[in-house]
Amino acid sequence: MVFSTYIIYKAILVLAVFAVTLLVATYSTYAERKIAAFLQDRIGPDRAGPFGILQPLADAVKMFMKEEMIPSVSNKWLFILGPSLAMLTACLTGVVIPWGKSLFIDGQEFSLQITDLNIGVLYLFSVVSMGVYGIMIGGWASNNKYSLLGGIRASSQMISYEVAMGLSIIALVMTTGTLSMKEIAAQQHGWHWNVLIQPLGCLIFIICAFAETNRAPFDLPECETELVGGYHTEYSSMKLGFFLFAEYINMFISSAVISTFYFGGYNMPFVGRWIHDPNMLAILGVVFLFVKISFFIFFFMWVRWTLPRFRYDQLMNLGWKILIPLSILNIVITGAWMMRGEIIQLFTK
Amino acid sequence: MQALTNRSKVVSKKEMTFMERMYLPAIFGGMMITFSHFFRRKPTIKYPEQKREFSGVYRGQHVLKRDEKGAERCTACGLCAVACPAEAITMVSAERKPGEENLYREEKYAAKYEINMLRCIFCGDCEEACPKEAIFLTDRQVSVYGQRKSFIYGKDVLVESKDSPIDLAKRQTSSVKEFKLHKEFGHNQTYDKNKKVNAGGHH
Repeated sequence: MVFSTYIIYKAILVLAVFAVTLLVATYSTYAERKIAAFLQDRIGPDRAGPFGILQPLADAVKMFMKEEMIPSVSNKWLFILGPSLAMLTACLTGVVIPWGKSLFIDGQEFSLQITDLNIGVLYLFSVVSMGVYGIMIGGWASNNKYSLLGGIRASSQMISYEVAMGLSIIALVMTTGTLSMKEIAAQQHGWHWNVLIQPLGCLIFIICAFAETNRAPFDLPECETELVGGYHTEYSSMKLGFFLFAEYINMFISSAVISTFYFGGYNMPFVGRWIHDPNMLAILGVVFLFVKISFFIFFFMWVRWTLPRFRYDQLMNLGWKILIPLSILNIVITGAWMMRGEIIQLFTK
Repeated sequence: MQALTNRSKVVSKKEMTFMERMYLPAIFGGMMITFSHFFRRKPTIKYPEQKREFSGVYRGQHVLKRDEKGAERCTACGLCAVACPAEAITMVSAERKPGEENLYREEKYAAKYEINMLRCIFCGDCEEACPKEAIFLTDRQVSVYGQRKSFIYGKDVLVESKDSPIDLAKRQTSSVKEFKLHKEFGHNQTYDKNKKVNAGGHH
């Protein structure tokens, strides 16, 4: 491929992924309110446009118009850095996700993944673990005890659950044999979805994804009842908007990662039998991926409006005493299954 | 001791079984419950377009009625103000001058009549106290204002207009009228038509 074409194509792709991420996150706020309402026998926002479809716009305008407050006792630069960092890390993760198969135009291959890092999984984890800094710095810089408590809770929660999450991914990497997101997605063609191979790992990963995105029942860093909003107590206007928005972007990316890791990514069984045009398949793949992502976003919201929040000691118990041992057990079982030939040989010798 | 209701349950703090400690079945059950609510009919009334139907005897904004000829019924006797538990009603009486017979029914009338809608608790005691069938609560709602003084309703708001009288057919049924003849009955007593009442009635 000509270098200039490559640069232009990648720029377009980056912008497209960025725009779609923001769009999905925007409409996730609308979906959240609608789903919450429907689960509680209400209608939800229905005034701005038909069915309230312009509600996110109204929310955004409201956020922008609100008075911007920076507490005089806060550390000003860190106070601004907090939400920026939260937003930045949330947007960075979309880079390694394979949104679909490659498109072929004029015999040239156009990959629908921004970049195929051979250590995509590691990259993902490093960026996700950076995400806690935004919350931590925001909570610390506010110079407010509630914010500080929220920030401390966020950091300890994320560190605890990252361990279990990483361990559950190790088992996945053992079976797939690769750290590249593209290959993990490609391996799951047909019915070879990883959830069927790694059901326990998948469960642990989903639970940890809830904790990593600070969603209920793990929304302790920002619980209104105990911490008056937690780390974003002192935030107002669009800085608050950025924190909330980052959470929705994280939710979108988490859904994409869950879909890619365990639920086949852009693959859909049986479709290849009827459609043979690779470009058509690639576009359909994107659609399928977004269907899966939508389901998981719905799932995130569904859980939020069903389960009450954990108590903090229960959260820590679940993380350290249950999920980590379980994920280690998962690794052991996976390893034993992969080495079953050798193990049987060892005992039958 | 005898239980007041049959709803009380004895709390048991037994050890949870393994299945219960896994929480997942319970979580699944809970999620199914919330999901079943997803498709339920919503009881929401979309207010400005849709309005809840009020009962015929809803106690809302007051009206000062006129008689058949269009003269104000109120004589400023002050019984409503005395009956009012919230002390929301004030009035200033005046004497009817010759030539004002078509304006006021009796020789005395209320020159000023004010109800503070922020104090009013819409109990309906004024309506019950009124010997002249002048004040009634209606099924209209009190509007919303930005200032406290706007909630003090004077005669300009309270007296019904001659052109569009307020319909009280639903709350002033014949039985209600008859009930109101007997001032010895309060709100919570029911009036038995067949029961002989030996009190002097009204007036």
